[in-house]
Amino acid sequence: MFADYSSSELLAIFAMQGFAGLSLFSIFVLMALGLAIIFGQMGVINMAHGEFMILGAYMTYLTSNLFEALMPGLYGAYFIVAMVVAFVSAGALGALVEWAMIRRLYHRPLDTLLATWGLSLILQQCYRSIFGAREVGVSLPDWLMGSVAVTDMIEIPINGLFVMVLTLLIAAGVYYLMYRSNWGGQVRAVVQNRPMAGAVGINTGKVDRMTFALGCGIAGVAGSAFTMIGSTGPTSGQLYIVDTFLVVVFGGAASLLGTIASAFTISQAQSTMEFFLSGSMAKVLTLLVVVGILMLRPQGLFSLKIRR
Amino acid sequence: MNALKNNLFKRQDLINYGLLAILLVLILPLTLDIFRLNLVGKYLSYAFVAVGLVLCWGYGGILSLGQGVFFGIGGYAMAMFLKLEASSPEATAIQSTPGIPDFMDWNQLTALPWFWEPFHSLGFTTLAILFVAPLFAFIVAVAMFKRRVGGVYFAIITQAIAAILTILIIGQQGYTGGVNGITDLRTLMGWDIRTDSAKYILYFFCVAMLFACLLLAHLVLKSKLGRLLVAIRDREDRVRFSGYDVSSFKIFVFCFAAMLSAIGGAMFTLQVGFMSPTLVGIVPSIEMVIFCALGGRLSIIGAVYGALLVNAAKTTMSEAFPELWLFAMGALFIGVVLAFPNGLAGLYQTLLQKVKERRAAAAAQKTPATPAIAPRNATSDPEPAQGIGVPSQS
Amino acid sequence: MQKRDRNPKQQSTLRRQLLKGLMLLPAAVMLGNVQLASAEVNTTGLAVTDDTVKVGILHSITGTMAISETGSVQAEKLAIDQINAMGGVLGRQIEYIQEDGASDWPTFAEKSKKLLVNDKVAAVFGCWTSASRKAVLPVFEQYNGMLYYPTFYEGLEQSPNVIYTGQEATQQILAGLDWVMENKGAENFYLLGSDYIWPRTSNKIARKHIEKNGLKVVGEEYYPLGHTQFNSVINKIKLKKPDVVFISVVGGSNVAFYKQLKAAGIEMGKEKPLFLTISVTEDEILGIGGENIDGIYASMKYFQSLDNENNAGFVDAFKEKYGEDIVIGDVTQAAYLGPWLWKAAVEKAGSFDIDKVRAASAEIELTSAPEGYVKVHPNHHLWSKTRIGQAQTDGQYKVVYETSELIEPNPFPEGYQ
Repeated sequence: MFADYSSSELLAIFAMQGFAGLSLFSIFVLMALGLAIIFGQMGVINMAHGEFMILGAYMTYLTSNLFEALMPGLYGAYFIVAMVVAFVSAGALGALVEWAMIRRLYHRPLDTLLATWGLSLILQQCYRSIFGAREVGVSLPDWLMGSVAVTDMIEIPINGLFVMVLTLLIAAGVYYLMYRSNWGGQVRAVVQNRPMAGAVGINTGKVDRMTFALGCGIAGVAGSAFTMIGSTGPTSGQLYIVDTFLVVVFGGAASLLGTIASAFTISQAQSTMEFFLSGSMAKVLTLLVVVGILMLRPQGLFSLKIRR
Repeated sequence: MNALKNNLFKRQDLINYGLLAILLVLILPLTLDIFRLNLVGKYLSYAFVAVGLVLCWGYGGILSLGQGVFFGIGGYAMAMFLKLEASSPEATAIQSTPGIPDFMDWNQLTALPWFWEPFHSLGFTTLAILFVAPLFAFIVAVAMFKRRVGGVYFAIITQAIAAILTILIIGQQGYTGGVNGITDLRTLMGWDIRTDSAKYILYFFCVAMLFACLLLAHLVLKSKLGRLLVAIRDREDRVRFSGYDVSSFKIFVFCFAAMLSAIGGAMFTLQVGFMSPTLVGIVPSIEMVIFCALGGRLSIIGAVYGALLVNAAKTTMSEAFPELWLFAMGALFIGVVLAFPNGLAGLYQTLLQKVKERRAAAAAQKTPATPAIAPRNATSDPEPAQGIGVPSQS
Repeated sequence: MQKRDRNPKQQSTLRRQLLKGLMLLPAAVMLGNVQLASAEVNTTGLAVTDDTVKVGILHSITGTMAISETGSVQAEKLAIDQINAMGGVLGRQIEYIQEDGASDWPTFAEKSKKLLVNDKVAAVFGCWTSASRKAVLPVFEQYNGMLYYPTFYEGLEQSPNVIYTGQEATQQILAGLDWVMENKGAENFYLLGSDYIWPRTSNKIARKHIEKNGLKVVGEEYYPLGHTQFNSVINKIKLKKPDVVFISVVGGSNVAFYKQLKAAGIEMGKEKPLFLTISVTEDEILGIGGENIDGIYASMKYFQSLDNENNAGFVDAFKEKYGEDIVIGDVTQAAYLGPWLWKAAVEKAGSFDIDKVRAASAEIELTSAPEGYVKVHPNHHLWSKTRIGQAQTDGQYKVVYETSELIEPNPFPEGYQ
């Protein structure tokens, strides 16, 4: 299929395809980080993860409208503000949900799935009642639009770069929080042995709430970033949920590094296959490969092999 | 005979089955018009899945979020047979290739694909409904349970399988009808299944099948196998150390649940008159788990009520408040999970228990000389499962 | 338990517009005529009283399809309100019963049966996706109901129980392709769609037409519904350099596709390649953002910006009811035609009986349609013109071309199957 093209064209296409894979990778990581914390660390199956993302997206939409109406001069900066708003609002909702619902269910992890499914229905209907059933259009500040032309052929989308940088920052931040900070130590202690952690004076309830809120907050930021590349509607969150869970499980749920490695593998596989096959088949094949590997290696890519 | 009966069915069981039978065979058909009764029949086809989930989730501790896959296999098998019957060369004379289903003609197929051929035969179709889903379940289950994948992991992998199958069905529309599904099914062996009288017969057939499946499930649960399943759910390693091959029991119960789901799928196709990928995917699969959870994950009869109630609630609420009913549904799920972890059946058990305690207390007061015998739990249901979903590697 | 809204009272401004004659129908002269007894106009037990007649509205207002179907519900309610303000149908006010299809095809079948069997509605306005129509079709045929279906769709169907108020595939596609071939000198085409029957059938027709003209299709691709990552296909488009990319991507995927296209540095206004869509109406642009899509072309029968008196009145009335910011897409307009076509057919038949309404439906004309004059073909589709619009940054289309004649609907096109 490449016979008709010059080598420079091919080089350019491969470069751009590589970039497409990388940007898919950063999107997967961004989607999965919040869930990796909630699911991997706490064992809670949060089916409303997508709805938390869309909350972030709607917050971005509101912030953008607010800036446009009140301070059009600062419009270029709104996106940064919007991400903070998205983080805080999704995190706050997360803390509320944890307090009202999740904390009663820690000993029944599969039940969290059902309860959060109910939550996702309610949130969807809330969005529909508040923002209308139609999708909303979130406009981007000029500096996030367009692309950088590296050569005549190779053009790198700025928002793709932005998502990548954002992903790096958040991943680094989460890594620091979980593995280098005092608080992270508490989280891991609670995960490993709740009664013992409580016995040495850790307020496990508070740690749980903060962990859940952090995971939801990251989902909110992800949703905010996804307004650049995807749709914002009441049911848009549903589009991401299966991929997100697969990335986390494939990585080996308890390991953040595993999540990143699995996001990399899946994104590269999918974007390469998409280039050579039709889109639908690429998706099916990717999922099949992931499920196949999971059957052979159920604990995921990165995980201590301990049998129960 | 009598002794066996007493052993298998305690008095309370018989009362419970009797009540369900009276409701399904007498009360509903006498009070509802055929349109509503047909809807009840549709809900009952989900009840098959919910009963299967009681076995594999409530008792086996295996939560599958992919039961829609098996429901779909059964439903599609039935639909393929009915579609072939509806696409006789005479009925499809206007097509460019008469004699094949209409959607194939739209997709330029000129001959029936090979895997459709056997579905001309009702016998083969019945076998396919009964055994293809368990076979598929077997392949999945062997791969997973032999490697001790369990809990949340299993749930998410089955969810992915449901996603894959949906995308495949939609993508291969020349062979499967795509996103539209297989529609416009008319007759079964020349018998028009769309008439009101046919709907009555199909409803009662469905109820009969449901009771047959309930009986089977009951037998499984009352056998040694059932007790082992409970043991596996609660302390898998101890059962393993006792010398049992845990995975084969899990495989069996998963396959059995798959078969029940497939029968439910076939019932759905017969009563609703079509099959579509919207019944295969993740959303219906999760909904089916919810039917089971609401009814009570430890009670096969509870699962039937769960399927009936959730769906009836869905229908009435969406008719009454088309723009707000999702709030009510969401609140219902959350409320049930938080307040009644064992669902309606759990509630019913507690009520029964209370009544008995009161009776026992009254009896004890009358004859203070004999010490009150502690009331025995009528159906000897075990305590709710705790922590069944711990990831396998932890 | 069902919802029976009495529609809100009409504002006087609406009445003024009506008096201006914008909504005049040939049959409107019936207004004020002698009231026919219910026994005469309803011999089959439909829900018709001396003052009212019940109809059904069946769309998804929850689930993923609610995004698209909301506009249709709004248009149908507006049309019903306007008809009621004019005195109703055969002197009877229309009452609607709204049901939610919940984006789920079995639910559509269930609700349609409820409307026909329990509520005995005289007509149903509803459905959006082909899948929902296929699910309800056997129900309508069995219980002899009348469905007014608004969406542009793939054709290959002609039911006596359905009036298709949107375009079938050949009406929409062939004119659009002819226009790019003649005016833009296009030679190579890339076909891209969501993975289900409408895009596949549309692309099949497009491919046949392109190849008949001796031109080339250089790529054909489908992505699952709801797919959000299009960078790979954008790279493929850059590599293959087609003259025209012909797009039938639907739903949320649209937003992702155009935003990523824009971000990848493709200027759609430069027409290299030229983007021709058959799926993006003004409704979708709302979610995509006008600045992300300006410059693409769409081939449809209606755009909100159509410049004629009927449309001006329609857009005003729509905005008055639903707010200044509302947009109106092709399907919304087609949905609006449904109640009017039904009213015309009922009045021509002098009866609500389904069989009589059906018999009267063929050759019904509307001179007051926002898209201009339309006529029902005996095959239950509409004669209509096809327009090409170019998307502008404000989210509207600028009409750049209009077929001179009404195009005959041809749901079973010879040589395209």
